Amino acid sequence: MKQTTYVIAEHTKIARQTYFMRLSGDTSAFTQPGQFLNITLPGYYLRRPFSICDWRMGEADIIYKVLGEGTKDMTAFEAGMELDTLTGLGNGFDTSTSGESPLLIGGGVGVPPLLALCKELRAQGRQVKVALGFGSADEVFLADAFQALGAEVAVATMDGTAGIKGLVTDACDFKNCSQFYACGPTAMLKAICAVAPGPGQLSLEERMGCGFGACVGCTVFTTEGPLRVCKEGPVFKREVLGW
Amino acid sequence: MVDLKVTLCGIELDNPIIPASGTFGFGQDFAGLYDLNRLGSFSFKGTTLAPREGNPTPRIAECYAGMLNAVGLQNPGVHKVISEELPRIATFFSKPVMANVSGFAISEYVEVGRLLGAQEQVGGLEVNISCPNVHGGGMAFGTDAKAAAEVTGAVRKVTDKPLIIKLSPNVTDIVEVARACEDAGADGLSLINTLLGMRIDLKTKKPLLPFTTGGLSGPAVFPVALRMVYQVYEAVKIPLIGMGGVSSARDVIEMMLAGATAVQVGSANLINPFACPQIIDALPEVMDQYGITNLQEIIGGAH
Repeated sequence: MKQTTYVIAEHTKIARQTYFMRLSGDTSAFTQPGQFLNITLPGYYLRRPFSICDWRMGEADIIYKVLGEGTKDMTAFEAGMELDTLTGLGNGFDTSTSGESPLLIGGGVGVPPLLALCKELRAQGRQVKVALGFGSADEVFLADAFQALGAEVAVATMDGTAGIKGLVTDACDFKNCSQFYACGPTAMLKAICAVAPGPGQLSLEERMGCGFGACVGCTVFTTEGPLRVCKEGPVFKREVLGW
Repeated sequence: MVDLKVTLCGIELDNPIIPASGTFGFGQDFAGLYDLNRLGSFSFKGTTLAPREGNPTPRIAECYAGMLNAVGLQNPGVHKVISEELPRIATFFSKPVMANVSGFAISEYVEVGRLLGAQEQVGGLEVNISCPNVHGGGMAFGTDAKAAAEVTGAVRKVTDKPLIIKLSPNVTDIVEVARACEDAGADGLSLINTLLGMRIDLKTKKPLLPFTTGGLSGPAVFPVALRMVYQVYEAVKIPLIGMGGVSSARDVIEMMLAGATAVQVGSANLINPFACPQIIDALPEVMDQYGITNLQEIIGGAH
């Protein structure tokens, strides 16, 4: 973990209630896709955690959805604004066990961390399939970015306005899947585990106090006892969760 | 040159800053960030006899200038604390640590207090009779003067280490509980634990936290904590550790003027992991600004 000041370099709306923010500053604490950062918002006591969508030397990208007052206020932040941020938090996705043909499954704001993961897996020469789930066509984002990385992308929307009509599980093709990686709401992750064969890694979300392990606010009960989503996670192997 | 040293229950502290129990784990999440030996001491996570998984999530809610928690005393249990956590603490902290003793029955407080009090690394026991997030224990002892005195007296019998009782603010008269603990043999008092509060989720229209209530902490509670330290200081002779929303060197000095010998920093650690060393660094300049040269001398100065 590293505390640093990020400057907003770019901030744009990319889908309904969904925003892309490029932050410039020290990204040296990030080592794995699926890690997150924790930003202080003016006027709010607790920081807001966001998974990193992608990062490179000196720049980190996040994508967030307006879900409450804090994220609503964020939409007004302008380029040039400074943000006090804790970076390089948590343990991300492990690509060393992916096998030849991993499947990446994302639901809504669970999609962003899969982009850096996809990039890393493609760089390792893997055949990557991606299944993305959204509510409606105007909420879809990043599908083209995964395609540009050479992944085979399937989209599902609840109302059928884009891709397959249904849940993200309807867009999942587990045939030849060597390992699945999933991020999204808990109900979605459990639904995936109910149908997915084989090994998988799941990125969880939970309300956090600190984001670096101190408050034990974001505990998940696992086969290895209570673990912290922010510290031992947010990515866990499915067998650790027992899902 | 200003003097930050204070003497708490016979233990000389390099400065009065002590991270509060429940916001600092067993120190391990902070040890890589700064040298913990810069602290006066730290109070580790509330420890019970058996391991506890704690409450279901969500355990955290936010409010203006503060937060609610309902962690529910998640901890590995006293035996693992002694076999694993204390040896690990020894690798990064060479001063006496404060052991936070929690429980659900007097016999449990006694056993945990006896075991932790016997550890060389432990400088003092902070007995938590004020956790608002567990049922049938914790705060039940802290909201009744007689029960508080019974816990104090029982633990007193099994340890010679400084015995500090951590008081609940969720009472009509904290002075009554404070006096009862002093009479029962306490060497000091910690105050305040969190204030009972709640939030309602507008989407579900139900309480946000699983067991309805949680403990309020953060700057929102500072004036309440300060008032209670001030009141208790007038009523007892034993030293006080003041806590509740302390976030700056100025807050520390206010707490000490109200009557605190040492000051714990809690929620501030969670939103800024460097809060404690930053407060310690800021103290000399703020002292200088207000013409203070020796912290020990200002204790209770507001009276």
